[in-house]
Amino acid sequence: MAQGPVRAGVDGPASDALLKFGRFFSKWDETDDGRAVFREGGRSGDIFYRDRWSHDKVVRSTHGVNCTGSCSWKVYVKDGIITWESQQTDYPSVGPNSPEYEPRGCPRGAAFSWYTYSPTRVRYPYGRGVLIDMYREAKTRLKDPVLAWADIVNDPERRRRYQQARGKGGLVRISWQEAVEIAAAAHVHTIKAHGPDRVAGFSPIPAMSMVSHAAGTRFIQLIGGVMTSFYDWYADLPVASPQVFGDQTDVPESGDWWDSTYLMMWGSNVPVTRTPDAHWMTEVRYRGTKVVSVSPDYADNTKFADEWLPAQAGTDAALAMGMGHVMLKEFFVDREVPFFRDYVRRFTDLPFLVRLEEHDGGGLVPTKFLTAADLASQAPGEDDAFKTVLFDRKTGQAVVPNGTMGHRYNDGGMGKWNLDLGDTDPALSMLETADAGTAEILMPRFDDPSGEAGVQRRGVPVREVEGHLVTTVFDLMLAQYGVGRDGLPGEWASGYDDASTPYTPAWQEEITSVPAQACIRVAREFARNAEQSNGRSMIIMGAGICQWFHGDATYRAVLSLLMLTGCMGRNGGGWAHYVGQEKCRPITGWISLANALDWSRPPRTMIGTGYWYMHTDQWRQDGYSADALKSPLSTGNLDGMHTADALAQSNRLGWMPFYPQFDRNPLDLAEEAQNAVDNGQATDTPSYIAAQLKSRQLHPAIEDVDSPKNWPRTLMLWRSNLFGSSAKGNEYFLRNLLGTHNNVMGEDHSSGQLPRDVKWHEEAPQGKLDLLVTADFRMTSSTLLSDIVFPAATWYEKHDLSSTDMHPFVHAFTPAIDPPWQSKSDFETFHLLAKEFSRQARTHLGVRKDLVSVPLQHDTPGQVAQPGGVVRDWRREDIPAVPGQNMPNFQVVERDYTAIADKLATVGPLADTLGFTVKNITYRVSREVDRLGHSNGVMRGGAGNGRPAIDTDAKLAEAILAFSGTTNGELAVQGFKDLEKRTGVKLADLAEGSEEKRITFAQTQAAPVPVITSPEWSGSETGGRRYAPFTVNVERLKPWHTLTGRMHFFLDHDWMRDVGEALPIYRPPLDMNRLFGEPKLGPDGTREITVRYLTPHSKWSIHSEYQDNLLMLSLSRGGPTVWMSPGDAESIEVRDNDWVECVNTNGVLVGRAIVSHRMPAGVVFVYHAQERTIDVPKSEATGRRGGIHNSVTRLLVKPTHMIGGYAQLAYAFNYLGPTGNQRDMVTRVRRRSQEVQY
Amino acid sequence: MRVMAQMGMVMNLDKCIGCHTCSVTCKQAWTNRAGTEYVWFNNVETRPGQGYPRRYEDQEKWRGGWTLNKRGRLKLKGGGRLRKMLGLFASPVQPELKDYYEPWTYDYKNLVDAPLGDDFPVARPKSLITGEDTKVTWSANWDDNLAGTSEMGHLDPLVEKVRRESADKIKFEFEQTFMFYLPRICEHCLNPSCMASCPSGAIYKRVEDGIVLVDQDKCRGWRQCVTGCPYKKIYFNHKTGKAEKCTFCYPRVEVGLPTVCSETCVGRLRYLGLFLYDADKVTEAASVPEDRDLYQAQLDVLLDPNDPAVVAAAREQEIPDDWIDAAQRSPVYALAKVYRIALPLHPEYRTMPMVWYVPPLSPIVDLLRDQGHDAEDHGNLFGAIDELRIPVEYLAELFTAGDTDMVTGVLKKLAAMRSYMRGISLGNDPDDSIPEAVGMEGETMYEMYRLMAIAKYEERY
Repeated sequence: MAQGPVRAGVDGPASDALLKFGRFFSKWDETDDGRAVFREGGRSGDIFYRDRWSHDKVVRSTHGVNCTGSCSWKVYVKDGIITWESQQTDYPSVGPNSPEYEPRGCPRGAAFSWYTYSPTRVRYPYGRGVLIDMYREAKTRLKDPVLAWADIVNDPERRRRYQQARGKGGLVRISWQEAVEIAAAAHVHTIKAHGPDRVAGFSPIPAMSMVSHAAGTRFIQLIGGVMTSFYDWYADLPVASPQVFGDQTDVPESGDWWDSTYLMMWGSNVPVTRTPDAHWMTEVRYRGTKVVSVSPDYADNTKFADEWLPAQAGTDAALAMGMGHVMLKEFFVDREVPFFRDYVRRFTDLPFLVRLEEHDGGGLVPTKFLTAADLASQAPGEDDAFKTVLFDRKTGQAVVPNGTMGHRYNDGGMGKWNLDLGDTDPALSMLETADAGTAEILMPRFDDPSGEAGVQRRGVPVREVEGHLVTTVFDLMLAQYGVGRDGLPGEWASGYDDASTPYTPAWQEEITSVPAQACIRVAREFARNAEQSNGRSMIIMGAGICQWFHGDATYRAVLSLLMLTGCMGRNGGGWAHYVGQEKCRPITGWISLANALDWSRPPRTMIGTGYWYMHTDQWRQDGYSADALKSPLSTGNLDGMHTADALAQSNRLGWMPFYPQFDRNPLDLAEEAQNAVDNGQATDTPSYIAAQLKSRQLHPAIEDVDSPKNWPRTLMLWRSNLFGSSAKGNEYFLRNLLGTHNNVMGEDHSSGQLPRDVKWHEEAPQGKLDLLVTADFRMTSSTLLSDIVFPAATWYEKHDLSSTDMHPFVHAFTPAIDPPWQSKSDFETFHLLAKEFSRQARTHLGVRKDLVSVPLQHDTPGQVAQPGGVVRDWRREDIPAVPGQNMPNFQVVERDYTAIADKLATVGPLADTLGFTVKNITYRVSREVDRLGHSNGVMRGGAGNGRPAIDTDAKLAEAILAFSGTTNGELAVQGFKDLEKRTGVKLADLAEGSEEKRITFAQTQAAPVPVITSPEWSGSETGGRRYAPFTVNVERLKPWHTLTGRMHFFLDHDWMRDVGEALPIYRPPLDMNRLFGEPKLGPDGTREITVRYLTPHSKWSIHSEYQDNLLMLSLSRGGPTVWMSPGDAESIEVRDNDWVECVNTNGVLVGRAIVSHRMPAGVVFVYHAQERTIDVPKSEATGRRGGIHNSVTRLLVKPTHMIGGYAQLAYAFNYLGPTGNQRDMVTRVRRRSQEVQY
Repeated sequence: MRVMAQMGMVMNLDKCIGCHTCSVTCKQAWTNRAGTEYVWFNNVETRPGQGYPRRYEDQEKWRGGWTLNKRGRLKLKGGGRLRKMLGLFASPVQPELKDYYEPWTYDYKNLVDAPLGDDFPVARPKSLITGEDTKVTWSANWDDNLAGTSEMGHLDPLVEKVRRESADKIKFEFEQTFMFYLPRICEHCLNPSCMASCPSGAIYKRVEDGIVLVDQDKCRGWRQCVTGCPYKKIYFNHKTGKAEKCTFCYPRVEVGLPTVCSETCVGRLRYLGLFLYDADKVTEAASVPEDRDLYQAQLDVLLDPNDPAVVAAAREQEIPDDWIDAAQRSPVYALAKVYRIALPLHPEYRTMPMVWYVPPLSPIVDLLRDQGHDAEDHGNLFGAIDELRIPVEYLAELFTAGDTDMVTGVLKKLAAMRSYMRGISLGNDPDDSIPEAVGMEGETMYEMYRLMAIAKYEERY
């Protein structure tokens, strides 16, 4: 039968009939063909969802987790219960032609409210059961908390017993009163018996909740305790930044990615680690910006990259050196680009002169910058050894330009600290000067796979200046990169394809696996783009390259690409280092109040890495000396030194702090010194201390760090999960610091290589710490290990402030509910503790003098203390020991221990009399103090009588904002005006017009508020532009805070030369087999494979936060994982989701394998901060609970990070110090029994 | 012509970073309650990958969506209504818990309460279904970021299909790695097969905005809708015994707020807006014989909101003026029909899905590199699109029933936009030959760029 045209319809006649019959039992509207049902009204069946979408209020808050998001959130509350959160979208606009910051957030943040009522919430104060029993018994007997505490800790048996119970359950609920009493007693006892520098506190990353951070830090500093650093400890600090820029870190906000026209992501997995900002990267592609990713794996960001350069893990500097070779050759030698040439002559050290001298082993080597002190023709001036020299083409003379470190701290430099070259035309190369000669020089190289260092011979043009043979940094750079010019002696690359000569593209291909052609192309495109766009090529740099032992060297190689092409100090160009860098924008208020500088100065701040390296006895694992790293052209300063010796020397030369300071209680020492002065035995306290040290009657504590005299005794953690997250060498923390069970697998390596200056005990102590306290809102590894646990309020339950480097706003935390159960904010906890401490101190401490030892500080005249960066050790040489010159500063601080609570709650008088100083600019805040007294009210009675109140979290927030230039226009203008006097250039206009603008806490609660341009930072927001670092330096000729005042390629400190890193260079990852006897990489024929052990940041947590959150666990694999390549998995017969163990000398990690082809061979990823609390069974290796990600890592300290006292290489807290890097680790991986026990 | 209004969504996969913020905010707002532990109204899949629930796209097994019968009339793949009636009391073809995942929690209390022992306390996984200890072997997002894909990727139904045609097209090897993310909600189809599957008439499409809902009072828990939906976006609440699904956040949309998943999307890749369509044409469009003609048929159903005849017809249907205005300003209409860069998900299911996707532009320059081309020349960009890291064939299986030309056309527009804008960003005169090469005008391309890149809040929703 012929079929007619088919009418579109549904099914067939039977169902049509059925439908017409009416759908079963009910009636509704539908389409004519019965396909679809429409309905209006009568929707009571769906009322459930409308009811669910209802709430009583929406409160603005944010998350104080250690991430750089600083996202503003809406927290929904119904019937007094937090229901959920979603993002605020009301950020001030970036402008009509740009994307916006809304709706910042990430899945972790969106899952936060789960914690509020979760079963892991800490609802009450807890104490370690055995300790609480001991305390109650002793207190009943002795009637006094401090005596009771002393009774317990002075008894080795009882002390050992509660220490060994750490981390094994047995926490019991106690009252707030008792918890605070015990914690206070331990602090009072420690100060009395051992000294305040045996008290420590750790709370990282202030920007994420400044008030909570400041409240506790203020308490610790008021009592003379030690705050240990975090930025360097986390290995997030790019040491290259102080080295090159003389600045801690300053980076563009993410909105500035939008300004770039060539964007590289180098070791930075933006979608995972900068989730709220990643959209700027995806969106700028639509403007035609090319995006390149450098990553060893197919990382999340690689999905967006036009080009993927899969450099093997840890070899990135080789790629950067190869790119630098191409840029120098094509854009400086073969062709001159006026834009680049002009830039490097003004803003970098390339034109400065460097002396060439004979090395002990023969041959010329570059040594030190030529300075005014070397020139007899120059009239002697102040700080001449810090005035570096150029060669002027016009006059044919060596000249001292403005803007060097030698112009920063003396009257003669007033108005001259600027980058104005005037009529000077600096020669970039000696070849540009008449009758230049040539010389062959020696340069170190470290690219041999065996780890052996080598020497290469290169030539440079030279000339003589007043008896000194000199060349320029630029000439040295060409020599270093192997870019030859006609007529120069030495060995040079024959071309890009010369694989045997560093640092050609072909050479790097053999190391990185990145094809030479790709290296050449990207280098060329990058530089060409910078030329076309005036420096809008940007490199986002991340933990993937920062957190290696030689991360600083890698960074310098990468930064060189940006400096050569004029990209630094540009919107859309330059470096964008995003590794844990959270910018506390109102920095002056925060740093001054946190350190209690309004009451007493100086604070005790400590390099975290040095602290933990020594006090957890990880130094005892280092079976190599610092000279394993050294250059064949070294001058021998590091010869025979153990890394612990290097730290001890750094400490005694005033470079880096160390606490405890001495083998004496500093309270007693201050008294003794005063007596000596009173008796005429010494002229003043510092010289008395110096003499005692020189004569070895007094010893730095670090020199016998394992003696009970020198142990840290109390440690307070808040806003921190040290033991579940950042503690590199976690098992050593458990063993040596806490004295509990651990999974340390190996023996001390050091037995064959004992330190020279640091005393070796045959047995390492176990259990140094008397008391560990943690305040947290969830159960973590740290709370489980703590003796006292305070129940903390969450971020939705308190007032606080948040800011970040990623966006230019300040905004607030606001409580959506009161802290539930018995939880309290950190602010309140420390005030309770301070009150109880002050009460107990009346009996036991009273008013005491404290001798504080602090190193030579960055942005102070301490930077010009040690000319030439020459190491001269008063302990080993017959030279006087002079405080503040070749040793630390010693200062006496009076501490009224009975008034700690009063001082905590008020703004002290030093604010009025001394002001607050940041980066050598003093903000005069007495008017603000007065104003604050009116807005916050004043306290009555006690030590803070009549002083402005900061006795609530909201008032402290107000004070932080009031005392900072970024949030107080008057201070910003004042700071700029002062800086104008020193620099002689116009700056105040950057903030003028904002004098009346004061950002109040209430404003930040209403909406995110953009900050004011201030001399506290190096960039400008003026006129609504995006923040980019160093734009003020480039546009206003303000010097960088470096020796030359320019960005440095060349570093001439003795130690930098000794490790062969005076210039940018490639250093391979540490050879763990050669240095420490760990197995060689690769399969060994058994069912084990040795691989690189990398701990990148996780998609499902922010450090340890959220890794236990049920929502995040449900979206991932539900527990600890080990990502590995299919080939590696196959070699040990591992299938996806099998249980595996990673084992090495340091410990063991148990997790489940994720097998994926996005992983390269030879590398495993164990995502950062997977704790042992969630689904971790017992390990086969030890029979004990498997570890955290840091159980198989260990601290490796690079000596050059501990240089101080010399120009930009000078200490400041979190600013310069050794990094707790962890990426050079290797581990064995094996399949374990799949029947796991818990 | 019977003009109706339909809420639609476009997701630009080229911007999706796979962060799952949308999933979490959605779950927190709607399904963090007993009976829906395993339910994600919004989920995000890594592709290649099996999806959630596993292999939901395997319609030979799950029998979702529509097919044409011998006479060319639409028929539910899971069987006609008569068959459904007769089989009402038999188990429907639908994924089991193991295909979604067995939701779990942990013994968190042990961390707080553990008595003094000899080791760290730990929180073991516990099944949320049985309360017993469990081993986690699958989750809502198990193969995130290609986890396990070297072993399990061949189970992705699209991989299977593309490999059948060319074994070389998809390899799970390091150098050839590719991935992208596919966020999914209910499609709020013009021709919803869930609705047609429901024996109780509990599923309906709202007249004013086309949102598809389950009437919780009328639902009898037959679960035929779970079979009927080819996207497996209807879930069975095992506590209430009712079906639940994405509501397009109607309590928010009704008061002018975007859906939760859209507003919280930090990739800024979701667009919401109104379509006007001809309800009389839907059945015909869904019935075109060739699968590959369905995309065009679906586009043809959408009406031009600026056409006076359409406006008049809309008014006749009592569609209010502000709705017509919204349709005229609709970003989803612009992306789907004006620029034609958004494509429907699996048009071959014949449900006329109303959530559209801009396909991802994956790295291309490294391919050009291998071929020795100048990567910045836009002419070369076009040449390379056929050799994207993400095989066009794979994208075509998702969005165009296998028609690769259609996908290539979209990707060329994206590549051209980047090339065109680069000149402008560097301060050069606009080169209109670039948009012309993909059949667009410079101004249109610039508008498209603004909508995709600048994408202000007011313009997205």
